Formats: sequence, structure tokens, C-alpha cells
Amino acid sequence: MSPGPPASAPFGRRLLEVAGIEELGAYRILRVADPSGPEPAAGQFAMLAAAERWGGGEGERPFLGRAFSIARFSAGEAHYLLEDVGPGTRRLCELSAGEGIWVTGPLGRGFSSPEPGRRAILAGGGVGIAPLAILQDQLEREGTEPTVLLGFRDRPRVAGAGLLRGARLATDDGSAGHHGRITELLEAELERDPVAVVYACGPAGMLEGVRELCERSDVPAQLALEAGMACGFGACYGCVVPRRGGGYLRVCLDGPVIDGAELDHIEAHAGAPW
Amino acid sequence: MSVQFCGLELAHAVINGSGTFDVIAARRAFGDGLSGRFPFAAFVSKTITLQPRQGNPPPRLWETPAGMINSIGLPNKGLAGYLREDLPELTGMVGDPTLTADGQARPVPLITNIMGSSATELAELIEACDARSEISAIELNVSCPNVATGLDIGADPRQLEAVVRAVRGLTGKPLIVKLTPNAADVPACALAAEEAGADAVSLINTLRAMALAPGAVDGRPWLGGRTGGLSGPAIRPVALAQVAAVARRVAIPVVGMGGVQSAADARQLLDVGATLVAVGTESFRDPAAGASVARGLL
Repeated sequence: MSPGPPASAPFGRRLLEVAGIEELGAYRILRVADPSGPEPAAGQFAMLAAAERWGGGEGERPFLGRAFSIARFSAGEAHYLLEDVGPGTRRLCELSAGEGIWVTGPLGRGFSSPEPGRRAILAGGGVGIAPLAILQDQLEREGTEPTVLLGFRDRPRVAGAGLLRGARLATDDGSAGHHGRITELLEAELERDPVAVVYACGPAGMLEGVRELCERSDVPAQLALEAGMACGFGACYGCVVPRRGGGYLRVCLDGPVIDGAELDHIEAHAGAPW
Repeated sequence: MSVQFCGLELAHAVINGSGTFDVIAARRAFGDGLSGRFPFAAFVSKTITLQPRQGNPPPRLWETPAGMINSIGLPNKGLAGYLREDLPELTGMVGDPTLTADGQARPVPLITNIMGSSATELAELIEACDARSEISAIELNVSCPNVATGLDIGADPRQLEAVVRAVRGLTGKPLIVKLTPNAADVPACALAAEEAGADAVSLINTLRAMALAPGAVDGRPWLGGRTGGLSGPAIRPVALAQVAAVARRVAIPVVGMGGVQSAADARQLLDVGATLVAVGTESFRDPAAGASVARGLL
């Protein structure tokens, strides 16, 4: 498997315009007009910041940009999936069509296509389903139909499943699909047919469950990690995760998609606490 | 008009703060977008130590009002790895000609930032840098505990003077001492560096700071390194005060930095006596921030 062709970002942040923002249950889909930007590879991300009033929210924040997977890219628009969890995401959720937004990206290394003969299983949790949508688009263009398993906490979040096609669901509260963890659905899938590649993105606990299950089942896993980042382009060394065998990987530069075999354990604090 | 700094001719007055811009990583992220558009008039490397360092365990970052705390822990390949692997990648960079008054594209000199916890370590680092023509100047990070006393070398004027004096004669290249702001009397430290033979001082480094784990009620620190360094516009007024005080005290050039986001911020540091200005944290928010600052100074 060759790594997804990494699109180089234009140097410097770019002032783009919000094309629109739509509700999707507890989430928002932020659409940013980017008619001249490079086409991202599935799994790449961008650093976002509102052009106006970035700061002055809770705790006199946000200050740094926020890293978001590109959920979809079509017709000159990049789509991002947002959930209001802090001052940065709150401000982005408030944006409306016509407002300015700073974008640095696309950044990072994306997903690689499955080896011939292996089927793709997409496993996403919560707002982390975002990069699996653009991956589903790509795989379908390549003529393969991935299995899609999505997990959500509760009913308002289940609406997020609308971002992908044909998903089977698991919910923590039993409000839709399987009452339980996404890893239980995944385990059943891998028992049925283990000749697969798992593409996963979601909260740290879920990713660790997927990583451990895939390792035990000897199935390759491509994990899109989340991390609090200051820069997104390898300068700050702030977003590291421990690499199996010692040392650290920069999520922004060596990832965000990292081969599960490169990781021993995904720490619970991984992710962006702000 | 170019800027003279310790015998180097720089295209303009804006450089990067050590550890806030990684040329090799930026090439991977931005590809050809960086070539011929390098925003800084000189490039300052991350801190290089004699032995390789992994850096601190994560979490390494925290966002604060108008700033951030980092606890990175100076990860680097060590001197040998730096010279062998990184140095060839850091040479031959060309600056953005639109940032200069005469529109000329100039080569970007490399300033290598080093840290050692003893005079012996520092001597080895300096001699190795001195032997490499690709390195135009050496910046000494003295925000490092003395292995014997546990105190930051740079926080004590007498200790700082002894360390600089011990290594000064080992290189003919310009020697810049990066001062720590976590000292009782920063101008006294600057003067000590000057008297020991430093060619320039740079300041301010980050302010020691701490954040607690979200929701923790036991005072547990969030950062893997327990404490970290505060940077960003939150520290700009501190930087202005310390740069002004140091520039009044010493005759050697001063590199001013701390929370610079715009040409107006840079201008203030120049107005109080800095010869060069470094952009640090703002490059995290916009990789091309240095170019905006330099353009605004034209």
C-alpha cells in the first residue's frame, strides 16, 4: 500500500469564505468555498480559525487554530464536521455564509487504498466520522463499496450518520442500531471475514479498542488520530503520540493517519482538550 | 535596505524564534510553496543538544488567554544527527525577495541554537558548529539547569558570565546568548553575557507557566513535563519591558521577541532598541506570519 498522495498546502494561511453551515443533529457541517485550493487526499486535515472574533470566548480563548479532518471536497467546497465542545468549536459553529475563515491546509498524510483482495471497513465514532466520508467517496470512485460502521453516544448525535451512506450503527444509549460499542460490531465483521483493512477515526478510547482488536485479529488498521495542535505543520512538536519501539510520532506530519502497527497504545488524553 | 547583524548582512529584520519553525517539516507540508518564499531573513534552528533527546511525554500543549504553554522538552537528533542529517537540508534556502526594499533574493543564513548542561558539553557543541561553514552564527540557549546546582545557568549573571567566557574563544562565529526571562535581573544577565564576549543577546524566551488537568481536583498538572513555557501575545508587554531594559544596558545588538503578531508589534521592539525581531508563536497560527511582519516593516 502506498500512502495516499499528500497534497501540498499553499504556504501560509488563506482567507476563505464560508459557503454555508447546516445542522446535522448535534453537529454542524461547515462548508468553506475553496475554488482554487488543492484537492485533499482522504484523511488530510486543515487548521481553521474564524477571521473575526477568534478570541474573547470562554477563558478569553480561542487563540490557536483548530485541526479538522476534511469531511468532503467537491464542487470547490471543503466540508468540515463540527461539534460544539469548547470556545474554538463554538465560534466556528456560529459562522454563517459570507463570513471569513482562515484555512491552512490540506495538511498531513491521509489514508492508503486497500491492497487488492482486502475489503475496506470504515469504523467511526462521534465527530470522528468526518474523514471516513471523503474516504467512502474515494473508495466508491475506485469501484469498491466499503462496510461502514458508525458509533454515537445518543440520539441527537445519531443524525451524524447521514454524512455517510449505508452505515450500520451502534449507540451508547441504545437509541439506534446496536446497543453497545462499535468495536463489538467490528469484531463480528472481522470474524465473518478477516481479509480486510480497517479505517478508523473517533475518540481515543474507541481508537484504542479498534487498534487492539485489529492487532489481535492480525488485520491492518489505519487510524486517523486527533490531537491538540498548535501549528499543524510539524513546527511545534506538540501533538506527539508514542511510537511503538520508542520515540514519538507527530500526528500532524507523520499522521493524522497512522498505521496501527506503529502504535503500542493510544493514550486517553490524546485528542484536543480545548 | 539590508540589515547588518554581527557582521551578517540580512535581507530584513525579521527572523524566527528557535523551535517555532521547522524548515524540514515545512517542506513536507508545503512542498515547493516554500522555495524562494522563505519568510525569515535568517533561520534559527531548534535547540540542538549533544545527545539525542526524545522530548517530554505528552500532553505538551495548553491554550491560554491570548497564548499557549508548551512543554516540548527540546526533542532533537543530537549533535551528530543534526550535522549529518539536518544540516544539508538547512542550507541553500533563499529568502522571499518581496520582503526586501531592493527586491533582491538573498540566501538565508543559518543560526544554530545549542544547549549544554556543562561547559564541556557546550565546548563540544560549539567546536562542532564552528567547523561547519554552513552555520553562520551560534545561539546559546541558557534556559537549562546546571547539572550541579539545578539552577538555570542563564538566571544567574555570574554563572552565565563564566559559561560564556569558557566557550567564547572556541569560535570566531557570532555568538548570541538567548536570555531567560525567568531571572530576577535580566539586564544584569545581558550585561554579564556582553562582558563575557557575547556578540548579541536575544530575548525573551518563554515564561515558566503551568496548567492543571481539566476537571482535576487534586492539583494534577496537565503537561507531561509538569510546567512549560508561556508564549504568544499574552507575554508581549513583558517582552517589551525586558527588551527595552536590556537594550539600555548593553551595547551589543539585541534580538527582540515575545508575542509579535504584526509589524506594529515588531516596530515597538525595534523602537526600544532591538536590531532584529523574531516571530515565534504567531508562525503556529500562520506559517507565513514572518512574511506579513517583514512586509509591514518595509
